[in-house]
Amino acid sequence: MTAVAQRPIVQVMNETSSAGELVISVKGLVKQYGEFTAVQGIDLEVRRGEIFAFLGPNGAGKTTTVEILEGFRERTSGEVTVLGIDPANGGGEWRNRVGAVLQESSAEPGLTVRECLALYAGYYQHPRSIDDTIALVGLEEKADTLGDHLSGGQRRRLDVALALIGDPELIFLDEPTTGFDPSARRTAWSVIDGLRELGKTVFLTTHYMDEAENLADRIAVIADGAIVAEGTPQTLGGRDRLAAVISFTLPAGVSRNELPADLLLLAGTPSHNGSVALHSEAPLVHVGALATWANARGIQIADLDVRRPTLEDVYLSLTGN
Amino acid sequence: MLIRLLIRWLRRRRAQKSAAAGGGPSQPPSSSVGLVLHQAKYDFLGFIRNRQARFFTLILPLIFLVIFVSIFGNHTVKNTGVKASTYYVPGLSAMGLIAASFVNLVISITAQRESGVLKRRRATPVPAWVLIAGRSLTAIVVSLATMTALLLVGRFAYGVTLPTRTIPAVALTAVVGAMAFCVLGYALSTVINSEDAAQPMTQAIMLPLYFISGVFVPNVNLPSWLRHIAEIFPVQHLADGLHKAFDPATHGIGFAWTDIGMLALWGAIGIAVALWRFTWLPASAAGAA
Repeated sequence: MTAVAQRPIVQVMNETSSAGELVISVKGLVKQYGEFTAVQGIDLEVRRGEIFAFLGPNGAGKTTTVEILEGFRERTSGEVTVLGIDPANGGGEWRNRVGAVLQESSAEPGLTVRECLALYAGYYQHPRSIDDTIALVGLEEKADTLGDHLSGGQRRRLDVALALIGDPELIFLDEPTTGFDPSARRTAWSVIDGLRELGKTVFLTTHYMDEAENLADRIAVIADGAIVAEGTPQTLGGRDRLAAVISFTLPAGVSRNELPADLLLLAGTPSHNGSVALHSEAPLVHVGALATWANARGIQIADLDVRRPTLEDVYLSLTGN
Repeated sequence: MLIRLLIRWLRRRRAQKSAAAGGGPSQPPSSSVGLVLHQAKYDFLGFIRNRQARFFTLILPLIFLVIFVSIFGNHTVKNTGVKASTYYVPGLSAMGLIAASFVNLVISITAQRESGVLKRRRATPVPAWVLIAGRSLTAIVVSLATMTALLLVGRFAYGVTLPTRTIPAVALTAVVGAMAFCVLGYALSTVINSEDAAQPMTQAIMLPLYFISGVFVPNVNLPSWLRHIAEIFPVQHLADGLHKAFDPATHGIGFAWTDIGMLALWGAIGIAVALWRFTWLPASAAGAA
């Protein structure tokens, strides 16, 4: 496909840019490396303005998929369009509209933060302001520091700035916070959250559940090359319908067998430290019953805890760990 | 010292520029040529701020010149009829050119490829040829700077003169040679998997060639089989082309067309291999799921 043939599509996309429009569409994507099938026929849809998180263990086909979407790898079969164009044929016009934070990339050797951004700004047709972009990722104080002298978190923020300098509509973030300390991760999250306000579409890969939960509008989980679940952080893998766990410890001298029969039915096997765990699909009802029983007996239950399954619990069960 | 001045000048210009640019949108280069110059400018900054690259490319040939003249004296070189310094300046110019266009390029390209820098650049709209042309232009400029430094030291310390009429020949040989060694550098980088391997690999290839190609010592004393081997490789043709232009016995304008042609042929081989094998992605990541 030539650049000329692409242009009409580009214009139509720009004119109709509204929420809900498909930015990434993947149908039946397959990637084989020799005998090994890394991606086995996956479907994905990402809409404009979404932060979409793509989760999966190492070697599940995550990076392969992202690199196909970024136009770095050829697929074996399937249909892929990104911003209306097949990334395998994505030329300069298309790359003008896409930004990528790659999994591993150093700073430009021998250049300061500002010079790195000036170099990249020159690659794009309509770059953002360099100073604004530096401010967006919070590197103002490091603007004249050599990239090689930045900390890991600062270098990753420079990566984000380099992906943003061309003012793209769609940004790929491949494991943007791997190796960060907790405070650097919080900072990075606020930068990514800021992209939402700029109206950007974000395709995020990560293996941190809290990252996906904090940032993503929608999540898809890939395992062994296939999508095993898709949904919002609240509903992924039926999380909203999964049983909650009510756990507590009875005081000395009170046996768990003294619990009301309907609660005892929910109890799992007795644990070694005497705590009781009830698996409840109606936690409010069962906590109420427990409270009534305990008050009637004059028992204090100091360590009562009601826990919904975490995204991590759901993820681990989905990915077979 | 020259380099320090240059760096200071670049810093000052940068300060002025960023002050002038203020917070307004950055201006993209308007044309392809502009984009190549844009790329070359930042590649050059990267080069000039790398102490190791500066030393091996700009300084070492000058040190060699001083050492060689000190050891061997500035007598007339046997079988050549020219003063030792007049022999060493073009020979070491060839070495400096290869250091800038080949050795330094292979090391920096391999490092940038393996650290993901090249891949990130390719994720932008910049055309591949602009990246290659910009980096090569940097190498050519550095090559010419090294040659100029050698010529100036040779001129004022040892009385080496370059006949004015052969300056175009020197320039053409240098530019064709630098371009050929740049593409050979891109070609060689395809078989090197890490930055650590790049330095020893390039030196292992070049050091023996320097010795048999008349870069350090005249190769007239070598056995003929060794001279025939040297004649196959581009180092000999670069050194010969430059020697001829510097030789006071050369009549006319000093173009060594056979040597220039051989350099161009090696350049064509380099382009073919680079087109066939060169990748922008880290070798370590190839085929990874």
